[in-house]
Amino acid sequence: MTALTSLARIEAASLGRAQLIRTVRHVHVSDRPLVFIPLGLAGEPCAPLAALVGDDRSAPRLLVVTSPLNRDERFAFAASLADVVLGYIGSYLAGPEPADNEPYPDAPQVIVPNAGGVAFARLLGRSTRFRPAVGEGAVPAAVPVLGRWLTYLAERSHPSASLILTATGALAAHWATGQSAVEDENLATLLAWIAPPPGLNGADAALIAEDPARCPPAGPATDPGFDRDVLSGRLTAIRDARLIADPAAERRAVTALERELREVLAPTWRLVWQAIDLLRALPEAGHVAGRRKGDRLSFSGYARYLAEGGFPQPRKDAAVDAARRLVRLESDQQRLEAQMAYDDPLVMAEYRMTGEAFEGVVTRVEPTRLDESGKKAKLRPWIWVETADEVTAGPGTELRSPARPGQKAVVIDVEPAPEGSTLVTLELQNGMGRGLVPAAGSVPGADDVVCYTTLTLDFQAPPAFPSREDTPWTHGGPPPEYVPTELDRTEAWDGADWAGDAYAAEVLDGGLADQ
Amino acid sequence: MTDTEQRLASLRGGQLPKTHNARTIAALATNPGCPRRAVLDAAAVDKAKVASRAGYPAPFGMSPFALGRGVAFERRLKDEPEKDLLMLLRQALDLDIAEVGFTDLNEVGGSTDLALRHERTRRLLTAAPDQRGTLFDHPLLRFAVGGRHAYLEPDLIAFRHDDTVHVVEIKSFAIIDDQADGAKVAAAAIQSAVYVLALRDLLGDRAAVHDQTILIAPRDFSLTPVAATLDVRKQIAVLQRQLSRIAAIDDLLEQVPPDVTFSLEPDGKGQPRRDAAELLRDILRVEASYAPQCLASCEMCYLCRDEASGTTGALGKSVREEAGGIESVQKVLAYAYEKDPYPVPADLAEAAAILRRAAVLRRRSLGDPS
Repeated sequence: MTALTSLARIEAASLGRAQLIRTVRHVHVSDRPLVFIPLGLAGEPCAPLAALVGDDRSAPRLLVVTSPLNRDERFAFAASLADVVLGYIGSYLAGPEPADNEPYPDAPQVIVPNAGGVAFARLLGRSTRFRPAVGEGAVPAAVPVLGRWLTYLAERSHPSASLILTATGALAAHWATGQSAVEDENLATLLAWIAPPPGLNGADAALIAEDPARCPPAGPATDPGFDRDVLSGRLTAIRDARLIADPAAERRAVTALERELREVLAPTWRLVWQAIDLLRALPEAGHVAGRRKGDRLSFSGYARYLAEGGFPQPRKDAAVDAARRLVRLESDQQRLEAQMAYDDPLVMAEYRMTGEAFEGVVTRVEPTRLDESGKKAKLRPWIWVETADEVTAGPGTELRSPARPGQKAVVIDVEPAPEGSTLVTLELQNGMGRGLVPAAGSVPGADDVVCYTTLTLDFQAPPAFPSREDTPWTHGGPPPEYVPTELDRTEAWDGADWAGDAYAAEVLDGGLADQ
Repeated sequence: MTDTEQRLASLRGGQLPKTHNARTIAALATNPGCPRRAVLDAAAVDKAKVASRAGYPAPFGMSPFALGRGVAFERRLKDEPEKDLLMLLRQALDLDIAEVGFTDLNEVGGSTDLALRHERTRRLLTAAPDQRGTLFDHPLLRFAVGGRHAYLEPDLIAFRHDDTVHVVEIKSFAIIDDQADGAKVAAAAIQSAVYVLALRDLLGDRAAVHDQTILIAPRDFSLTPVAATLDVRKQIAVLQRQLSRIAAIDDLLEQVPPDVTFSLEPDGKGQPRRDAAELLRDILRVEASYAPQCLASCEMCYLCRDEASGTTGALGKSVREEAGGIESVQKVLAYAYEKDPYPVPADLAEAAAILRRAAVLRRRSLGDPS
């Protein structure tokens, strides 16, 4: 956290309302996002219980698993989810195929409530992407495809990308609340601080939002009290009705379960859409469209790969792929930070606090200064900037200005000026046209307010990586090519554990049988 | 009874001491700087009950399904140890196939009396190597916390032929593609560390209790167990430091006013005799050091958070640091924004200057020229 964000948190705590820490929105928000709110059964690594999903806020689709530990039901849930998700993704691939290396005109955007939602998508993807669609243990054909897309999306959960967003992450990137960052992971309390109901301050609204009885958690874990007092009974009723083969009782029990789960999910559905509204109301930052184009390219590339019959993502990255991913994440992060600073004075202000940027007034300009030291005279204007900011750059440092991102400015001199301010002399090196007189507007004028920083938007080419076949022996040598195996068919279920209902019964009984 | 014990008993106010378990001992390591917590724990006060009575019920609960899964997984392992468990331990510990004997210490002749069970555990574990088994199911150990003994029950311990002992922890969270939830592994590691310390207590130098413990958990989405080794040296060091703080509880007790008590002693109708407001007042008389991390581990967290409202620490450690260590939200804002703030102490002058600078930058960047 930076000094400015911390100060904003402190202000928020005092004012009882969240404070903006960005002046523009640094994330793309789709016109038609797919909101996905998954719930899972507590304790299990990935046992879907229910989901509310859809791209129409007035008509979410409720998916419910009536016996969450049953293999067939679990994959039936995945198939229903695939119906929605693949239909949504497919709508972005419906138009004419773009030329090679060109992206589709738009890309999907899945929005989950919190980081747990992404983790759930990752695990659901992991548990479905290897499943075979034919032969023994076959699942509906859409299930492994869903698995690949969920894995793809979860792997792209990063602040610089927008194919999948968490409502909490996107909001907390733009507002500071009067609670801690840990508490900001709770969507309900976060929104209570950002948009408290009329007549309440953020702190009081957050207290109400924190009570699971009044505001069910946004998942994927349900409230333990709900599990104990409601869910356990509902699931047992369904099981019992099936045991005695009483279809009427089963129907009643299923309806009751669906009602309870809808009630638990509906508040979060509203909160996620409220988050989308709040984000949309912020003006979009200049570099968002560029980053979104990267998302579209990535999406289009993966869609083509899958269409050509691409394999599911491996269980673990091979050495070269892992290294490449790390480098990409690091450079994405750096690029994001620089672009945000260029787009947003509040972000740049954080760099001004630390001396990595300064803002000041141009006190003097020599716009036609020539450097005649070489054979040929070169246009090298000097400008003098007086700033109250701390300046850490010394002579020779290359700086850039958000107003003219392509133009290099080299520090010539830094000297103290009256009233504790600093006078910086800069030499402009390019971006002024071809002649010996600068093009109009290419050099700042006297009295202009300018900002210079060591941050740059320059693209840094990633280091060269060996090809897959040339993976060095220190990194395990070339990884084996993926071929579907028998393990893919069976691994998630390992036979006996799931053969009977004994395990399901023990879980439903909540360990009571043991006491 | 020593003076200290008497004092702790009076803090408890006639209630039975709450028994520690590995989880609560492990939790001691999370906010080691909190005097309120240290005093409550040393006095073995039931924090959940006290917090609830004072009007701040703890936000913790465990789903019955998670409990059920844990029980079901452990039972599958132990009902047929020869099926998976022994093979996993042989691989993880390099046990010789001949040297496996499985001793159930869950009860003694049908009795689950703790003292009896502990005595039997002690006798069996300290027997000569050739007269001792190799695997012990739910041995009952004893461990001193703040001068009192808590009984602890590891899932399993295993002796090797070279007389080293390994703690085996059985958990039901999944290890997927060789990776598990970091927070859960960390919690398992610190619990194992508690058992290592307790075993070292019991065995003295009769056997070496290894600081590598074994975690057994289900693989991927199945219930098939896999074993992993945890190095708990760091956790042991953290715990020892914290336990020595509790051992030095006298220093802390000196800071607590003599009439403070957390008594929940019931009246004739089973209701606590004391008024909730009075209890709350006494709790607040013991200093706390709240941090948002407490929300994940301490039963008193909502109470302390409420008390800490208006402080920068309640917003997070990094916020307080960025605010130059100034505790009061109002003071920070006064230094940052007021034209003529009340006198800034010399040691805060630098922090105040940074705050003013941040405030100016924030205002201007938001389009407010003032």
